[in-house]
Amino acid sequence: MKHLLSINDLSKAEAINVLDTAAELSRLSEGTVKKFPTLRGRTVVNLFFEDSTRTRISFEAAAKRLSADVINFSAKGSSLSKGESLKDTALTLQAMGADAVVIRHGASGAPHQLARQQWMTGSVINAGDGTHEHPTQALLDAFTLRRHLGQDAGDLQGLRVAIVGDVLHSRVARSNVLLLQKLGAKVVLIAPPTLLPVGVASWGAEVSYSLDAEIESVDAIMMLRVQRERMDDLYFPTEREYSRNFGLNLERINSMKSDAIVMHPGPMNRGLEISADSADSTRSVIVEQVANGVSIRMAVLYLLLSGTARSESNSTIEVGV
Amino acid sequence: MNTWKIENAKNSLGELQQIFISEGLVVQALPTGSQPTVINAEGLHILPGFVDLHTHLREPGREDAETVLTGSQAAVAGGFTAISAMPNTLPVADTAGVVEQVFRLGKSHGLCDVYPIGAVTIDQKGTHLAELSAMNQSEARVRIFSDDGHCVSDPLVMRRALEYVKTFDGLIAQHAQDPRLTENSQMNEGEISARLGLKGWPAVAEEAIIARDVLLAEHVDSRLHICHLTTAGGVEIVRRAKERGIKVTAEVTPHHLLLTDEKAESYDPVFKVNPPLRTNSDVIALREGLADGTIDIIATDHAPHPNEAKDCEWSAAAFGMVGLETAFSIAYLTMVQSGLMTLADLVNRMSSSPARIGRYAGHGEIRVNSPANVVLVDLAATWHVEREHLHSKSKNTPFHGMELPGVIKKTFHNGALVYENLDSRGGVKK
Amino acid sequence: MSVVLNAGEINRALRRISHEILEKNHGSADVLLLGIPTRGAFLSKRIAGDINEIEKTSIPVGTLDITMYRDDLRMRPPRTLLPTEIPSGGIDGKHVVLVDDVFYSGRTIRAALDALNEIGRPKSVQLAVLIDRGHRELPIRADFVGKNIPTSKDESVKVHLAEIDGSDAVTIEGRDGK
Repeated sequence: MKHLLSINDLSKAEAINVLDTAAELSRLSEGTVKKFPTLRGRTVVNLFFEDSTRTRISFEAAAKRLSADVINFSAKGSSLSKGESLKDTALTLQAMGADAVVIRHGASGAPHQLARQQWMTGSVINAGDGTHEHPTQALLDAFTLRRHLGQDAGDLQGLRVAIVGDVLHSRVARSNVLLLQKLGAKVVLIAPPTLLPVGVASWGAEVSYSLDAEIESVDAIMMLRVQRERMDDLYFPTEREYSRNFGLNLERINSMKSDAIVMHPGPMNRGLEISADSADSTRSVIVEQVANGVSIRMAVLYLLLSGTARSESNSTIEVGV
Repeated sequence: MNTWKIENAKNSLGELQQIFISEGLVVQALPTGSQPTVINAEGLHILPGFVDLHTHLREPGREDAETVLTGSQAAVAGGFTAISAMPNTLPVADTAGVVEQVFRLGKSHGLCDVYPIGAVTIDQKGTHLAELSAMNQSEARVRIFSDDGHCVSDPLVMRRALEYVKTFDGLIAQHAQDPRLTENSQMNEGEISARLGLKGWPAVAEEAIIARDVLLAEHVDSRLHICHLTTAGGVEIVRRAKERGIKVTAEVTPHHLLLTDEKAESYDPVFKVNPPLRTNSDVIALREGLADGTIDIIATDHAPHPNEAKDCEWSAAAFGMVGLETAFSIAYLTMVQSGLMTLADLVNRMSSSPARIGRYAGHGEIRVNSPANVVLVDLAATWHVEREHLHSKSKNTPFHGMELPGVIKKTFHNGALVYENLDSRGGVKK
Repeated sequence: MSVVLNAGEINRALRRISHEILEKNHGSADVLLLGIPTRGAFLSKRIAGDINEIEKTSIPVGTLDITMYRDDLRMRPPRTLLPTEIPSGGIDGKHVVLVDDVFYSGRTIRAALDALNEIGRPKSVQLAVLIDRGHRELPIRADFVGKNIPTSKDESVKVHLAEIDGSDAVTIEGRDGK
């Protein structure tokens, strides 16, 4: 595995290996080890064309705990906002010797182009592209689910997970549908029909228009951020109506299974898709998702940056037994 | 000089045909004492030069992408002897001045006939009719009008345009795309757009406009032409309209006859096109529609773009593909080699019918005392599409790397040899 | 493939190492064993068992995975992390004995020393290995060696342990598999 562009790049075994690696790293980090020399001398570039402080900080912390050099490259105030093309940016990063580029971009598929156009040789990690995918978010969500509802090992067989809200525009939903199903979980997508993509039937997930009809039967509920601008694009009539039908509140939480958990990729719109008391309830694992994000990103960086010499050069390397 | 004797070629029906060319015309016999250049065309087919009703030449304004000259060179390399320049230039071809400029450039290069298409509305804004009569009365004699690239979406504007051009037997060519249903749309809306997270472009956005416009054409008894049909539903609407006697004609592009939206999975913007690549069942319906005559013609929608417009993120990339040089091969592959139609049918869709719809005199047939607009093709040979070898100034072909049947060997325009394929890789500039 | 140590010889070598550890450290006080996964971890448990039996005590045993400290990351496909288990008392002030199966270039032990550095400050670090096959690339030596086996670089030495391989044996095979 050279790049992580989509959950489709991972086999089930590889996905579980990411989770297992993250679990071990997380255990070590909780103990005494705060920093590993693993990626000493490697350069990880955070290339953020969209603002996302939390994802950038998470990747930065992960890279630093592995002793990589981190360069943050954000669109604001840089040449990126002055119309420099993705290609020129990639060529610049190549010249700087980036071993890995973590890219967040507003255009779906931008990381694929960075990886496939051969503008650069480093690994590309998709940190969210347009309305396409956000694979490390899905991995950290699966990790969190496994911790709470699995044995912190193996797959997610037998779980039923609801993803609620703006599925149409959500890269988190796309990656999660792919990963959770790959790991054996059942996914039910809950949204008004306007916020579900045409063609959603091919995803293999169940689709429901009613949160109340599903909430009692799920093991976890993943609330998606709903942008207020969507109202102007006629996806729903008013925030009030959206919230009434698809928002999570304490009453709904109380109807969930006793061990069911509440997740949200953040940032939250408190009062719209999730009420403040729901976000802060004991069922909520939202803060934990953030912590798990660092372990997952450490695992991804470690796994992607191992063995790269072999794929880059033809010279034979003697390996000691 | 400029007298030719082409012997041993077969015509589109497969019959041996001998042709004499003199003074720019196909003649019954050469004048006595003339010394013709003899071409032994054994193994080749001689066909009337192809006619494209949908070409983007970019001049004036975007000469970095294409010019009338380079577009004409690409055209004759693809076997076309007449092309139709779409008006979405800078400035827009919405006045007699601009269409005359394009027309004269085509004439002066002399490679093929360049027929400008005029804009329907001023600056293609869709609100006020351009001076359609003035463009018709200009030296360019414009008969086809289109806001291509944009839809004439206001039904009243469309109705008025359809009515107004009747005075000079004009034709409105509609780019059928409901603008509200396709805001920021990137590709066909369906399973693949859902998975790729690219904003969908529903088939209904095209079909709703086609349905509306055939009804408008019926109501005011005008001619209507539908540009680049892409959906099975659109084919069905046109089929029903023709059954009702509505004067509608339609075109399909070579790329929509072959490629599907699965190509977007690469996120390679060379496959980004307006209207978008559709599904396999649409491709099948388009082929059937072309075979049964519901779709009258093949038009290239040749849309050159410079590298930087395609060397970027999908959503930032320009829409369009070049197509003049690959059109015949793709059409032959998808329609004739697949057994859906005969070579004669294909000549009808690429030459006779477009010449008839555009009222392009001197094109569409090989006839004694008509201008010698003919092409010699080798149907048994294949060629390798290499984008750097294209004559077009732009290299945005979706067929790069493919091995295609049907090699254009020679193109004659008004009796002059304007293109000759001397090597195996597909072309030499004249 | 030839067998250089059989089950009985392995047992005797480990028992001798156990005695040497006690001798060098004047008993078992403050001695802590850390096995390097995979096979070093099983060996450390066996040595601890011997020491406990001899001394009638219970010395702390743990494991130390060195994957994240390797210096050959670029050259190998990613390895799965193996568990690191540090005994609850920590390693500060202890005589830490690292236990590994085959001692070769020394790079594994270099990585283990780096890993230990992150965990604490032992009073001393010692090294026990079942096999020393030579070809050191770093200035590191073992304190306790089960058996020295001169090898060529073409050969590979494999330690088989009942815990995961079904039975005990140390084998050596050439590059051609003989």
